[in-house]
Amino acid sequence: MTGRTFVEKALARAAGVTSARAGDVLDIRPDLIFSHDNTAPIRQIFLQTGAARITRPERVAVTLDHAVPAPTTRHAQNHAEIRAWVREQGISHFFEVGRGICHQVISEEALILPGEVILGSDSHTTHFGWLGAFGMGVGRTEMAALWATGELWIRVPEALRVTISGALPFGVTAKDIALKIMGTLGADGGAYRSVEFAGDTLAALSLDERPVLPNMMAEFGAMSAYLPPDRTVFDALEARRTRDYTPLYPDADAVYSEDFHVDASALEPLIALPHAPDNVVPVSQASGRPIQQAFIGTCTNGRYEDLVAAADVLRGERVAVRTIVIPASAEVLRRAAQTGVLDTLLAAGATISTPGCGPCMGNHMGIPAPDEATISTGNRNFKGRMGTPDSEIYLSNPYVVAASALTGCITSPAALNRPPRTANAADGGAA
Amino acid sequence: MTQHRVWVYGDHVNTDVIFPGKYTYTLKTPDEIKARALEDLDPTFARDVQPGDVIVAGRNWGCGSSREQAVTALKFCGIAAIIAESFSGLYFRNCINQGLRPLVVPGLNRLLVSGDTLTIDGDRVRAAGQVFEVAPLSPSVQAILDAGGLVPMLQRRFGG
Repeated sequence: MTGRTFVEKALARAAGVTSARAGDVLDIRPDLIFSHDNTAPIRQIFLQTGAARITRPERVAVTLDHAVPAPTTRHAQNHAEIRAWVREQGISHFFEVGRGICHQVISEEALILPGEVILGSDSHTTHFGWLGAFGMGVGRTEMAALWATGELWIRVPEALRVTISGALPFGVTAKDIALKIMGTLGADGGAYRSVEFAGDTLAALSLDERPVLPNMMAEFGAMSAYLPPDRTVFDALEARRTRDYTPLYPDADAVYSEDFHVDASALEPLIALPHAPDNVVPVSQASGRPIQQAFIGTCTNGRYEDLVAAADVLRGERVAVRTIVIPASAEVLRRAAQTGVLDTLLAAGATISTPGCGPCMGNHMGIPAPDEATISTGNRNFKGRMGTPDSEIYLSNPYVVAASALTGCITSPAALNRPPRTANAADGGAA
Repeated sequence: MTQHRVWVYGDHVNTDVIFPGKYTYTLKTPDEIKARALEDLDPTFARDVQPGDVIVAGRNWGCGSSREQAVTALKFCGIAAIIAESFSGLYFRNCINQGLRPLVVPGLNRLLVSGDTLTIDGDRVRAAGQVFEVAPLSPSVQAILDAGGLVPMLQRRFGG
């Protein structure tokens, strides 16, 4: 009798059965479900079903984040419809314009805990693997069904184990690990599977870096992703959690469909070229390509330490191209204001916008002109993703994006011929 | 047995080119949504598609965002089925929930060109002089498809 993977254990728990194996089809009852600006169309689907009330409104979260503040009257009407619905249904966890991106806000609020299951009408719900939860994206109709029934069918996936070992070199981040995995195994390398991370590098990753790995596994085709939670995670959740929980870990003899190893110490900064997140090369191979816009933000890399990384590169310099910084949440923004990081970014010529998804999927706040190129800390660079099909998007880590903002072309921080000027005590830095 | 004209595409076609994200919170009616189908992949599609046409694609069709309009836009155009070498997991579920049949047939997109025809006969696809067997769905998933999608199935339960 072999052991169980994380996903086998987490889905068995959520289905209320003693054990499950990959391939089993279960009806699971998630611990939290959430939606965002798509809540209004989900409501329309819900009303078609004939259901009257959301079954467990205390386990529902709604965040306005994808187009905030509303850029057009139609977006504003969408938000108004959502607010009225939240009031009518008594939805417990509602987050207004400016609170931040759903994945970041739900994490900060400790609304989901290790070992639990979270389903969201957003493909980056894989994000919650950072704290050892099972997170999976669903479509709008499935979210309507979850509101109505509290349950969803799921086929327990096979699991791919990714072991990361060694210390990341300075200026190389979790983003580069994610790009390395996709660049090597391809955009469907994780398809239908749970990507379960292991290895000694993980414990050294900060709380701000950990979500990058499971978040970007959406671009790898993964159903979900998982990092083993440790004391760092438990401590972060302790102040705000309102439930007890039991963290889950894969058994030592769990069966994985594939094993993949990454030597973190051998990595260099990587970049995804247009128009696919798995079109990955070392930054050095793309150096010199002109860009017209730099964007630091998104659920992937819009956290405090990402802003600190950019500030460390930009300190005392001036950007050569428009540089848009969008903190992932109000808490990130506030902390960056308090520690002086914001001032450093503004002094370098960057601008700051309302916490949320920003231009990531082309709604507003930084849509490029045709024939322009953007370098972004985001997660997708598909054709037209930022709203303009005849434009190019490059994806990289915040050090590379900031260095490129300084020169106006794709630039490795190492090529700036000076070490990043790390923050002094007065303006904080990565705590 | 039904005969269908095909639109043939490649690998890793993502939901941003099937239905651009910039339209997701503003376009709401079927007519508005179907007019943008495949806008950033094939500008001729929305103009020339006919009800009953079928899409034939390569690996990982529908990767990227969970946005359901990437399925409904094609459904509103009258697309009868999507055949691919493989589907993104989210897209596959969205198809089932919309009552639009996803058929897994490896390699078919390399045997056909847009404008060719094929026939679908239950779990068999006949194309390019060959017959391809489609693996059956699990009974619980087939039941959703048979009901016409997840909403009709829920309507039976909740009386909508």
